[in-house]
Amino acid sequence: MSFTISKKHELVPTIHRIDVEALRLAEKAMPGQFVILRIDEHGERIPLTIADFDASAGTITLIFQEIGKTTRQLALLAAGDQITDFTGPLGRPSEIRGFGTVVCVGGGVGIAPIFPIARGMREAGNRVISVIGARSESILFWEDRMDEASSELYVATDDGTKGHHGFVTDIVQNILERGERIDRVIAIGPPVMMRAVAGVTKPFCVKTVVSLNPIMVDGTGMCGACRVLVGNETKFACVDGPEFDAHEVDFTLLMNRLAMYLPEEKEALERYEH
Amino acid sequence: MSTESKSKTSLEMPKQPPSERRSNFNEVALGYTKEEVVAEAKRCLNCKKPPCIEGCPVGVDIPLFINHIADHDFDAAARVLKSTNSLPAICGRVCPQETQCEAVCVLGKNGDPIAIGGLERFTADYEMEKGAVIPDVPESTGRSVAVVGSGPAGLTAAAELAKMGHAVTIFESLHAAGGVLMYGIPEFRLPKSIVAAEIDFIRKLGVYICLNSVIGKIDTVDDLLDEYDAVFLGTGAGLPSFLGVDGENLNGVYSANEFLTRVNLMKAYLFPEFDTPIKKGSRVIVVGGGNVAMDAARCALRLGTGEVTVVYRRGEDELPARAEEVLNAKEEGIVFRLLTNPIRILGSEQNWVKAMECIGMELCEPDESGRCRPVPVSGTEHTLPADIVIIAIGTSPNPLVPMTTPGLETSRYGTIRADETGATSKPGVFAGGDIVTGSATVISAMGAGKIAAKAIDEYIRRV
Ligand SMILES: Cc1cc2nc3c(=O)[nH]c(=O)nc-3n(C[C@H](O)[C@H](O)[C@H](O)COP(=O)(O)OP(=O)(O)OC[C@H]3O[C@@H](n4cnc5c(N)ncnc54)[C@H](O)[C@@H]3O)c2cc1C
Ligand SMILES: Cc1cc2nc3c(=O)[nH]c(=O)nc-3n(C[C@H](O)[C@H](O)[C@H](O)COP(=O)(O)OP(=O)(O)OC[C@H]3O[C@@H](n4cnc5c(N)ncnc54)[C@H](O)[C@@H]3O)c2cc1C
Ligand code: SF4
Ligand code: SF4
Ligand code: FES
Repeated sequence: MSFTISKKHELVPTIHRIDVEALRLAEKAMPGQFVILRIDEHGERIPLTIADFDASAGTITLIFQEIGKTTRQLALLAAGDQITDFTGPLGRPSEIRGFGTVVCVGGGVGIAPIFPIARGMREAGNRVISVIGARSESILFWEDRMDEASSELYVATDDGTKGHHGFVTDIVQNILERGERIDRVIAIGPPVMMRAVAGVTKPFCVKTVVSLNPIMVDGTGMCGACRVLVGNETKFACVDGPEFDAHEVDFTLLMNRLAMYLPEEKEALERYEH
Repeated sequence: MSTESKSKTSLEMPKQPPSERRSNFNEVALGYTKEEVVAEAKRCLNCKKPPCIEGCPVGVDIPLFINHIADHDFDAAARVLKSTNSLPAICGRVCPQETQCEAVCVLGKNGDPIAIGGLERFTADYEMEKGAVIPDVPESTGRSVAVVGSGPAGLTAAAELAKMGHAVTIFESLHAAGGVLMYGIPEFRLPKSIVAAEIDFIRKLGVYICLNSVIGKIDTVDDLLDEYDAVFLGTGAGLPSFLGVDGENLNGVYSANEFLTRVNLMKAYLFPEFDTPIKKGSRVIVVGGGNVAMDAARCALRLGTGEVTVVYRRGEDELPARAEEVLNAKEEGIVFRLLTNPIRILGSEQNWVKAMECIGMELCEPDESGRCRPVPVSGTEHTLPADIVIIAIGTSPNPLVPMTTPGLETSRYGTIRADETGATSKPGVFAGGDIVTGSATVISAMGAGKIAAKAIDEYIRRV
C-alpha cells in the first residue's frame, strides 16, 4: 500500500505544504501528534508534525522545510505522486482544555504545528494569544490562519520586514509583563527559540510546554534514538512526548544530539544534488 | 573413513572464512549440498519414540522429514516441515538447536546429533527456490481475526488461522513485516530475502498484512474487537533497556535495537545508497553477552570498525549467547572482556563518546535463578577508549498496547498475562511470544502463536 499526495505547493521559498490521503489517520489525528514517512524503498524514516487534518476529505496536512536529502526529495514530489510509507498518528496529543488564557508561540516552520493547537485551545474556550515569527516576511506563512485561530496575533521578524523587529521572545516578554494572567504557554520552533521562550517564562512561573524534535527512527518507543533529558530523567520523545515541560528540558543535550549525523547528512545531500 | 566414525560425526556446515566474512554482510553459514544432506539424513536412526520431536517447540515430525531426505524426496520433506512449521527456512538458521531438537537426539549421547537445523534449512531453501506449493485453504468460515505484530508469533498465528479458513489481517507498526527477524537479526545470519519469501508464503495463504499501523494509535484493541471476532497480540518485547549510568545520552551511544534497526531494517550498511546513516567508529564497545550483543558486535565489525570489544559482567560460561555465535564472533576477531562492568561513559567537549570506565567483577554464590551474582571488585577500575558504545543488556515489552487496552492484565514486568492457551484476561483477546514470556526465541514465539491459533479457532466457533 502506498499513500497519495493529493495537494502540494510551496507556501514560501523552501517551505512546502503537502496533503496526503490517509483516511484512518485523518479520523484519529489530534493536535500535537506527528507522522513518520518514508518516501521510497531507499528512504529514511522522518518525522513531521501533523499541521492539519481533515476527516471528511481523509487527508493529513504536513508542512516541511527543505533542509536535507529527504526533505529536498519530498519537495520535488507533486500532487498525484505517492509515498511508500506513512505512519501515525504518533506521540501524545497536546493537552488541550480550558486553561484560561493561553499563549501560542510558533517560530519558522514551527508555525505549522502550533496552528492546530491554537485552534484547539480556542475551541476549548481559551483566550488564545498567538505570537509567530520568522527570519523575514518572505518566509512567513499562515498568518491568516493563525489570525483566525487566535484572539490576538503578534508577528515578529528578525529583520523587521514584518511586525516587531526582533524575536518572538521579546513579544512573549511584553505579554507577560503587561501583568495579565497567563495560564499556559506553548512554544514550537527551532530548539534555540524554544529554549529562549522557556528562559523568558521561567521567572513568571508560567507553565510552558515545548514540542521536541530529536532524531527518530521507529517512532514507537523501540529504538531510543529520540532520548531527551527532562527533569533529569531520560524520556523517549516519540512516545513520552513530543511535548514536555519547557522548564525541565535539557536543550543543550537536544541540540548536541541533533548534530550527530551532520557529516553523513551533508554527504547524502551532496550525492543527491549531483 | 570407517562406517562407525561416519555415523558418529556429522559433517560441519561450511562457512565463509573469518578473514573474508568479517568485512561483508553475506551469510556466514553456506548450507549443505544435496549429497551432504542425504548422507547426514542417512545417519538418523528413525527412532521408535523419537525424543527429537519432543525437543521441538512446534513438534516438527523430524524423523519423517529426514526420512524423505534420505530417499531424495525433498518435496515430501518440505511438505512435512511446512505442515507443522510455517517458517522452516528461518528456524533452520536461527533456532538454538543445541538446546532443543538436537540436544535430545539419541545420537548425541555418543557422538554428534543429527544436524536437524541444517537439514531443515536445506529442505526449506530447496522448496523456496522451486517456488513453494501453496496448500489448499479450506472454505471461508466467515470469521475474522486481527493479529497485532508480524514477528514469528504473529506470523505463525496468522498462518495457522488462515489454514483453518478464517480471514486474517496482520497489523504491523513498521514498514516491513517480520519483527525481530527483519529489524534485529542481521543479514549475515538470516538473509532478509529469506524472511521476505517466508512472509510471501503466508500472504499467499490469504493473510492480509497491513503495514505502518501502530495499534494503540491508529486503532485500539477495542476498535479491532468491533471489527474482528478475535484479536491476537504478538507485539514482542521491543523496549530497549539502558544501564542507567552517566553518559548514556552522549552522541555515539546506541541501544542495540537502534543500531541493529539502522543496519538491518534501514540498510544503513549500504549508506549512502540507502538514506539512513550509521556511525562507524574506530573503537566500538558492546555491553552485554547475549545473541543481541553478538549480533551488534559483528555488525559493527562489518561496518569497518577497527576494534570491537564485548564487555560482559559475568564469565565465559555464563554468556547467554549461543556458543556457536560466540565462536563465530571470536573467529572474526571480536575481543571479549568478561567479568567487566561499565560504571560510566565519558564524553568529549562536543558531547561525543570518548571512553568507558569499567570495573572488574567476580562471581559469588549463585542467586535464586541459579546464576552466579557478579559483584564489583574495588580497586579494579579502568578506562577503555571507545567512540561508539552499544548497549545490549535486554529489552522489555512495549507498553503501548497494554496502556490503551482496558481490561488487559499485565505482570509487574510489563508482560501480558495469558494462560497456557494464550487467552488473556480480556475476552476475545489472545497473546503469545515475547510479549507474554519476555525475550525468548523465534521458535518459542512460533509455538505460542500456534497454540493460540487453536484456542482462537475454538473461541470464534463458539461465540
Ligand atoms: C516529532 C517531530 C516533528 C517534526 N515536525 C516537523 C515539521 O512539521 N516540519 C519540518 O519541517 N520538520 C519537522 N521535524 C524535523 C524533520 O523531521 C527533519 O527536518 C527531517 O528529518 C530532516 O530530514 P532530511 O533528510 O531532509 O535532512 P537531514 O540532512 O537528514 O537532516 C537535517 C537535520 O534534521 C534533523 N533530522 C535528520 N534526520 C532526522 C530524523 N530521522 N528524525 C528527526 N530529525 C532528523 C537533524 O537535526 C539533522 O541535522 C520534526 C521532527 C520531529 C522529531
Ligand atoms: C538481535 C536479536 C537476535 C536474536 N537472535 C535469535 C536467534 O538467533 N534465535 C532465536 O531463536 N531467537 C533470537 N532472538 C529472539 C527472537 O527474535 C524473539 O524471541 C522473537 O522474534 C519474538 O517473536 P515475537 O513474534 O514475539 O516478537 P517480535 O519478533 O518482536 O515481533 C513483534 C512485532 O510486533 C510489532 N509491534 C509492536 N507493537 C506494535 C503495535 N502496537 N502495533 C503494531 N505492531 C506492533 C513490532 O514492530 C514487531 O514487528 C533474537 C532477538 C534479537 C533482538
Ligand atoms: S523448528 Fe527449530 S527446534 Fe524445531 S526441529 Fe526445526 S530447528 Fe529444531
Ligand atoms: S532422535 Fe535423532 S536419530 Fe532419533 S529420530 Fe530424532 S533425529 Fe533421528
Ligand atoms: S524514535 Fe525510536 S524510540 Fe523514539
